[in-house]
Amino acid sequence: MDITIKLFAYFRDGRFKEAASRFFDEGATPQEVITSLGIKMNDVGVIMVNHRHADPAYCLQQDDVLSIFPKIGGG
Amino acid sequence: MADKIYRVNMTDLSTSTEDVPADWMGHGGRGLTSTIVAAEVEPTCHPLGKNNKLVIAPGLLSGTTAANSGRISFGAKSPLTGTIKESNAGGTAAQMLAKLGCKAIIIEGMPEGDSWYNLHFTADGITINEETELIGKGNFAVVDAVAARLGDKHGIISIGQAGEMKMLAANLSIKDPDSHLRSGGRGGLGAVMGSKHIKFIAIDPTDAKVEIADKDAFLAANRVFTKALVDHPISQGLGQYGTNVLVNIINEAGGLPTRNFTSGQFDGHEEISGETMYDMIVEREGKPKHNCHKGCVIQCSQIYNDINKEYKTSGFEYESIWAMGADCCVDNLDQIAEADQLMDDIGIDTIETSVAFGVAMEGGVLEFGDGAGICRILKEDVAAGSPLGRIIGCGAGSVGRAFGVTRVPVVKNQAIPAYDPRAIKGIGITYATSTQGADHTMGYTIATNILGVGGSLDPLSKEGQVELSRNLQIATAAIDSTGMCLFIAFAALDDATCLPALIDMLNARFGIGLTADDVTNLGMSILKTEHEFNLAAGFTNKDDRLPEFFSEEPIAPLNVVWDISGEEIDTFWDF
Repeated sequence: MDITIKLFAYFRDGRFKEAASRFFDEGATPQEVITSLGIKMNDVGVIMVNHRHADPAYCLQQDDVLSIFPKIGGG
Repeated sequence: MADKIYRVNMTDLSTSTEDVPADWMGHGGRGLTSTIVAAEVEPTCHPLGKNNKLVIAPGLLSGTTAANSGRISFGAKSPLTGTIKESNAGGTAAQMLAKLGCKAIIIEGMPEGDSWYNLHFTADGITINEETELIGKGNFAVVDAVAARLGDKHGIISIGQAGEMKMLAANLSIKDPDSHLRSGGRGGLGAVMGSKHIKFIAIDPTDAKVEIADKDAFLAANRVFTKALVDHPISQGLGQYGTNVLVNIINEAGGLPTRNFTSGQFDGHEEISGETMYDMIVEREGKPKHNCHKGCVIQCSQIYNDINKEYKTSGFEYESIWAMGADCCVDNLDQIAEADQLMDDIGIDTIETSVAFGVAMEGGVLEFGDGAGICRILKEDVAAGSPLGRIIGCGAGSVGRAFGVTRVPVVKNQAIPAYDPRAIKGIGITYATSTQGADHTMGYTIATNILGVGGSLDPLSKEGQVELSRNLQIATAAIDSTGMCLFIAFAALDDATCLPALIDMLNARFGIGLTADDVTNLGMSILKTEHEFNLAAGFTNKDDRLPEFFSEEPIAPLNVVWDISGEEIDTFWDF
């Protein structure tokens, strides 16, 4: 299935800045995608799927938009 | 030497000092300004009349070596909201006033006639001096003139043209260590200083030190506290990207108010994001990191240069960039930086004024996306005080009334900042119930709703939002009393060593024995003092509501509305 991946802040460094479409097997999870990108789960702050917060073990679906953020804040 | 209360009477142009009353001794920062305003200001008074008072207070830890303790609080009845108001900011003034033994300055009365004045705070007290040269000038001219008169080490609190003209969005500007400005932005307190005909306050530099009851305990606690701040990953991200790192995550969550709050996402988000800004700053040889006061270990400020690598602005914050960017549909960071610098010079709140521009765009005054038009109106109308400039300078509500726009994002007449309450419901509770009108900093539920700090709570669920906002508003009232920057809260929420170390520093500073419960009770009592002032001023629970369009107009991409009832909101005050 095709998943659109968006990376933010320093997760872009050495990877990609624009949203990227990647193929994963059915049943893939955000955690598997994150690991495949060489990002440590401990460094992940927020995962969103289609603009909603999601669990690392969420079962991704065809055409999902997966957004991955490090631990960031402001205000 | 014990700290003193410094009183300035602008009616008879006299000054005096007083011992600190026992009831005020345990207060600092916001707790002290709100206590004094509640005790001495008639809640029904006209906020720009002689019966309002402007109270200035460093925090309980200001002037010490405690990391991130350089915030200064300003309090009064707000001319924008009609509520009690506390606005705090960084810069050098808090640390200098604390070292000079100032618990608070209370400015009261109002001079007759047209003369303007400056105040000079020295080790011997305050002098009131007539001011002629700088009237009608912007804040940067004040900074330059004070440097020429007194030297560049002085602390400065000043107003620009907006404050002189008593525009309701006028702010107070505070000089930072590099002679740039920080802003006590919200609620129009610059207009209160302007109503008293004070252009600026200069504060003498000093080598004096604040007294610490137990120096060893203080040093040990500060070491633990500083480590908690430095080690927290959010502190590190703030140093690299500044607060503007939020553009992309709030946009992704569908909560970035766009085109005067008609969408939750902005097509130009990448162009104005923290990631893009960082790349531009590095390319133009600016500084991604910059501290607004000595001792800050987070350094969320920055030096933003223009395309010619010349200084343009600093303290370039997410909420300002959101307001001029997404809310006005301007996707050009250089135009936003130009407007930011202009507003700093004019001395007007970047959030209130930019949201006012968004309403003006809906009202047909200028087109959405017209960044150059914003800059032109700021220079030709707001700074000059034309009728249009005064309407915009009095905020979003003022523009809505003048141009017949009904989609006006305000609570208690103060503009709603950078997080849409339909998509992030906890912050809607904060906007509705805050004692000071819509203000994200009063109870920053974004931490838990969006960022996963202090746990996580679904931003789209109604459940638990009142309790989350209440707990954060109580904690914030206490933090705002210490002189600490609110960004210590990320570490305080996640690192079990942080808050105890902060309390240890308070105890070591004053030789007392506060517990965590005492700090919580302090926060509760401050909120209740502020709430009682507002009730006495004529506010009711019906004022604790969001504008009706939030309940009626779903926003993309999540197509959600505000759906927390008035009865549920009112349970906020059940403590």
